Amino acid sequence: MTSMASSIEEIAAQIKSGAVSPVELVRRCLDRIEARLELNAFITVMADSAVSAAQVAEREIISGRYRGPLHGIPISVKDLIDVAGTPTTSGSAVPPRLATRDALIVTRLREAGAIIIGKTNLHEFAFGTTSEESAFGPVHHPKDLSRSAGGSSGGAAVALVEGMCFGSIGTDTGGSIRIPSAVCGTVGLKPMRGELPCDGVVPLSTTLDHVGPMARSVADTAIIFEAMQSPLETGIVDSAPPRPYVFGVPEQYFCDRLDRRVRAALTNTRNALIAAGHEVRTVAIDHAARTPDVYLHIVLPEASWYHAPLLETHADHYSPGVRLRLEMGRYILAEDYVRALHLGEVLSHSVDRALAECDALLLPTQPIPAPILGEATVDVDGTREPVRGAMLRLTQLFNITGHPAIAVPAGTTEDGWPLSIQLVGHIAGTRRLIQVAATVERYSTGGDGSVGGGTG
Amino acid sequence: MTIDAWLKAACDDAERKGLPELKPLLETLARATAALREADHLIDRGRGES
Repeated sequence: MTSMASSIEEIAAQIKSGAVSPVELVRRCLDRIEARLELNAFITVMADSAVSAAQVAEREIISGRYRGPLHGIPISVKDLIDVAGTPTTSGSAVPPRLATRDALIVTRLREAGAIIIGKTNLHEFAFGTTSEESAFGPVHHPKDLSRSAGGSSGGAAVALVEGMCFGSIGTDTGGSIRIPSAVCGTVGLKPMRGELPCDGVVPLSTTLDHVGPMARSVADTAIIFEAMQSPLETGIVDSAPPRPYVFGVPEQYFCDRLDRRVRAALTNTRNALIAAGHEVRTVAIDHAARTPDVYLHIVLPEASWYHAPLLETHADHYSPGVRLRLEMGRYILAEDYVRALHLGEVLSHSVDRALAECDALLLPTQPIPAPILGEATVDVDGTREPVRGAMLRLTQLFNITGHPAIAVPAGTTEDGWPLSIQLVGHIAGTRRLIQVAATVERYSTGGDGSVGGGTG
Repeated sequence: MTIDAWLKAACDDAERKGLPELKPLLETLARATAALREADHLIDRGRGES
């Protein structure tokens, strides 16, 4: 095989023309997985079934039955999502469920011709932001093994960075797609609530859970997202023609405590967008500071509900931190849970108001670059705070409100740590958000991936 | 149920279950619950939200 493209857009054209073999593509990804086992990116590698599926795809394409841009493309699936014939471990020592059929989104990906190459590692039961509490070992950042790749979909982001696949499927309950995407320098989309089905996905919080695509570019993310949607749903989301966009930066709360390099990346992106003719204004999201309290009172009891039977029989199989969070949820009173749901509606209207005159909100995805594994607290602009709280702070609101949100790379620090910008779109506006993100992607990295916080 | 009464009952139960390490987390949760209840006025009880 000659020079291999890294984007789905490019490789799909080569596959369609016959210049690249899906079988060779799968084997190359398997080699990449094998080459960096120390990262713990995968829990289950589906080598045999992936090669078999690639052989089928190759025959279909040769015979003129090309299905589209995902045909023959290796995709990884977070091991919280059912893939028929494999255990869904959820990154836990708790006995897995043995999937007899694919999750609906996996079925749709297969129908689009995607090759499922394996199941990626995660923070146990998706209940954490660092992917270090996993029965299969912590996911390590490819750049430095002592650092976290983010979570909970940490293995999914690492697999992309290392060329182990061309797209990943993650889940996001408080930021679990966007956080590792930001920490590893990839793109991650949390669609609007309910836009993609969570059937066949182990729940963390049925109110807050989202499933979505992760990839190395906005264009690739869009290709996977389209395949994950029901054909009946694709016409619902609106779109906007290319034009100067209006961005709203919610400075209060979201920009109160940021690493100076993250702040610089936001400033650089903002300035680049203005210089390109777009408008960037400051907006307010009323009551945003209430977010962590509302989030906690929804996620904890809902997680505890699902895990209650497992806690009765397998409590000792959980990681200590995950178990304690699940136990904590059992004490939340019903009145406080309902109060949190109502306050979530209040917050949802606040986000709608902030977005009213804007195409998208523009804010950082993470207040810090990759944290050190094993540390409970982190310094953010001179203040020590819990790692978990810091990593959730800028993302979790949009799980409560259900607005679509996407993490887009924003260059790196001077020493190479990825930085990320988050864009938040209107309800029922995921396709429009993706269009806006494709524009921001060009400016947030200066076109060459070099313009980040290190320059500001 | 007041926050104080809730916290005492929760900590007692955690102790009974052999999970004393839960207590500091419950204390943090109690502060979050207090803050949540302080935001109650934002909810329009006639319509469910304001």
